[in-house]
Amino acid sequence: MIPENAVCVRPEGFTETPTHYCPGCTHGVAHRLVAEVLQEMNVLDKTIGVAPVGCSVFAYNYFDTDFVEAPHGRAPAMATGIKRVLPDRIVFTYQGDGDLASIGMGEIVHAAARGENLTVIFVNNANFGMTGGQMAPTTLPGMKTTSSQNGRDVETQGYPIKMAEMLATLDGVGFCARRSLHDAKNIRLAKKAIRLAFETQARGLGFAMVELLSTCPTNWGMTPVNSLKFVEEHMVPAYPLGDYKISEAIKQIKI
Amino acid sequence: MPKELWKGNEAIAEAAVRAGLEAYFGYPITPQTEILEYLSRRMPELGRAFVQAESELGAINMVYGAACTGVRVMSSSSSPGVSLMMEGISYIAGTEVPAVLVNVMRGGPGLGNIAPAQADYNQAVHGGGHGDYQPIVLAPASVQEAIDLMVLSFDLAEKYRSVCMMILDGCVGQMMEPAQMPEMRPVHRENWDWATNGKMGKRERRILSSIYIEPAEEEKMNLRLLNRWQTIQANEVRYKEYFLDDAEIVIVGFGTAGRVALSAVREARAEGIKVGLLRPVTVSPFPSEVIEQLAGRVDAFLVTEMNSGQMLEDVRLAVKGRVPVEFYGRLGGMVPFPDEILNEIHRMAKSKMAVNANPRDAWLARMATA
Amino acid sequence: MQKEIIIAGFGGQGVLFGGQVLAYAAMDTGKDVTWIPSYGPEMRGGTANCTVVIADHEIGSPLVKNPPLAIALNLPSFDKYEPMLASGGTLIVNQSMVDHSAQRSDIHTIFVPCNEIAEEIGDKKLMNMVAIGAMLTALPEIKIEDVEKALEAHLPARHKHLLPKNYEALKRGFEHAQKEWDKVPCEQVQNGTLFEELCLNEPGHGLHSSLSPIL
Repeated sequence: MIPENAVCVRPEGFTETPTHYCPGCTHGVAHRLVAEVLQEMNVLDKTIGVAPVGCSVFAYNYFDTDFVEAPHGRAPAMATGIKRVLPDRIVFTYQGDGDLASIGMGEIVHAAARGENLTVIFVNNANFGMTGGQMAPTTLPGMKTTSSQNGRDVETQGYPIKMAEMLATLDGVGFCARRSLHDAKNIRLAKKAIRLAFETQARGLGFAMVELLSTCPTNWGMTPVNSLKFVEEHMVPAYPLGDYKISEAIKQIKI
Repeated sequence: MPKELWKGNEAIAEAAVRAGLEAYFGYPITPQTEILEYLSRRMPELGRAFVQAESELGAINMVYGAACTGVRVMSSSSSPGVSLMMEGISYIAGTEVPAVLVNVMRGGPGLGNIAPAQADYNQAVHGGGHGDYQPIVLAPASVQEAIDLMVLSFDLAEKYRSVCMMILDGCVGQMMEPAQMPEMRPVHRENWDWATNGKMGKRERRILSSIYIEPAEEEKMNLRLLNRWQTIQANEVRYKEYFLDDAEIVIVGFGTAGRVALSAVREARAEGIKVGLLRPVTVSPFPSEVIEQLAGRVDAFLVTEMNSGQMLEDVRLAVKGRVPVEFYGRLGGMVPFPDEILNEIHRMAKSKMAVNANPRDAWLARMATA
Repeated sequence: MQKEIIIAGFGGQGVLFGGQVLAYAAMDTGKDVTWIPSYGPEMRGGTANCTVVIADHEIGSPLVKNPPLAIALNLPSFDKYEPMLASGGTLIVNQSMVDHSAQRSDIHTIFVPCNEIAEEIGDKKLMNMVAIGAMLTALPEIKIEDVEKALEAHLPARHKHLLPKNYEALKRGFEHAQKEWDKVPCEQVQNGTLFEELCLNEPGHGLHSSLSPIL
């Protein structure tokens, strides 16, 4: 029984398993938003999630839905396989930036180009978290990581990849947006975008992705508060927030 | 159902459809592309799933995803493409979901060529993906056998929640032969107690994963796979025998190399040489037991393959050094002609290799002096 | 009984289909049969060949090094397969596309002006059927009516109106070859030594050695 005066309760979409994420990491926030949206849409029963390889490799432990665990980067392909044989289910992938923008670039681009009716939650924290903070395709220029110890040198290590902008160019995409998780206002906006991304799928309007700018206090070597500030001051300018593609039918949806 | 003239690759595709294939994911590569092309037409016609993936990596992981839902799913490729699929195959094995694959083998390593070869035997039977697992591997030698084994592949994959791979060389894929199709089986979704197809208000959530973060748990899983493999070994060995009753020399060959050897065996028999043929149909599990029994009563074995002697090692393991095991192979996409094998039979009828000699070395030495 | 036939020519000469027609006729008359093409770039021009094996038992090798029967629809095929034929075998040559006579005297070489005959019938594409008809004079296991029935049974519906001309082509090829048989001398070479050497020197006598990869 939930007490009447409860301010915050565990969403129905969550299991009772405590997460393994570091203190201050925004993966937990992203998870919660997804669970709340699935609950609000009343689709937990018919949802199948696809977990990636990376920090969120154990995502399947936390959601009270069916879940599979994909090889590194291949979540969109696995999700395609599931959705094509079970088109009436809700299928989503939850992927980090190493998984989606590095090793899984082929799979994500082609799932989007085919217009697969999938929802992709893309967590961009500018580094490979699970393996200990190496440079990711999304690492900011000059940013120090364990594999760019003098700061990412764009001359030799290339430039960050802006996934939301890139995928928005594809005709198969119904909804593509970037949000940030660094404060309450932005978290509310993120939740709306996640809802739209799942509504896109539920209506069969094509591929949907929400890129979420996230913190990694452990690997960034910052306090949780400072890491939120880092997102606001450095990540947001490099990765502007907004809707990069929103089909006409999605614009009509009132949440 | 009457016999029709079927091309191997198209026959495989239609047989899979009739076995209840619900989803196919593939990528073009010679000499198996007809499977993809055929199914690109046939699957949508039946309202079933077909996707031409962005790569073999994409294809195998689409197979993985669909396999997790418990439907009959397959992919097909040829050697270089199958190498790319090995990651997914290991994951599928580690997740214990059934999946069916076809490798129409071509000359290698590397880009190689598009001619018929059997050089992926070791990859299919002994290795391929990382980790401790054993796939079921079937090796048809004719179009009819490819049809029959295609249907069997789905049954075996489901029965043992295992990867079942059919390996054939480009000859069988490209050849046309009269063959009989099985009746169309209705698509039947088993109510598997492991499939991740949504709770749908009926059950607790399910997770399918190949992660066992605790080594002790992974070891338990490895042992479970191994126990299952023992059951497969005990129950699923298949092979074909030709003229073995009074044979003094036994040829062992699979797929096209096996049927080419059959021509040589017939000619040798016509000359009065007591030679027979054992053609493994399952190369994994391998028919070790029958070879072991034969080793007790024949004078010698000759292994013929379209590779450098990969199955040869499995035959030697079964023979355990009791009689000579000799070897003749063609490599790189070359197909042996019957007279090449007949020459070996003639030679062996006169004098056999010493039992402790190395068959591959002896074969290479013969090639060098030829 | 086992007979092997190689049919070779340029891509577009109906080499593969010609072999399939023979395969259908063999199947429909209850025989075992294999048909195997040289696959790859031939599909896009250049030379093509297929091997058909017909038997009354389970067929072993689908490929043959020294066939007793072959059809060469163009000059490169004539030059390639003449040395490969088994001693005493029969080679049907499309006379319309070769410029020299037979080199071997230990095989029967039957010259048939397939193009001209086909054009007389009214469709030069029927040249392969003319050659098949000629070949049947050396393949008593398959009768001309068997091939006609096979064409009728297996030709796609949209091509059914072409059946009479196909029958005509088979018949004309058969009749022409029958007349040629009387003219052709065949001095059997007892040991076929020269012939075997030629075969061994054939670079990569396998099916596919000259192919460049299609990837």
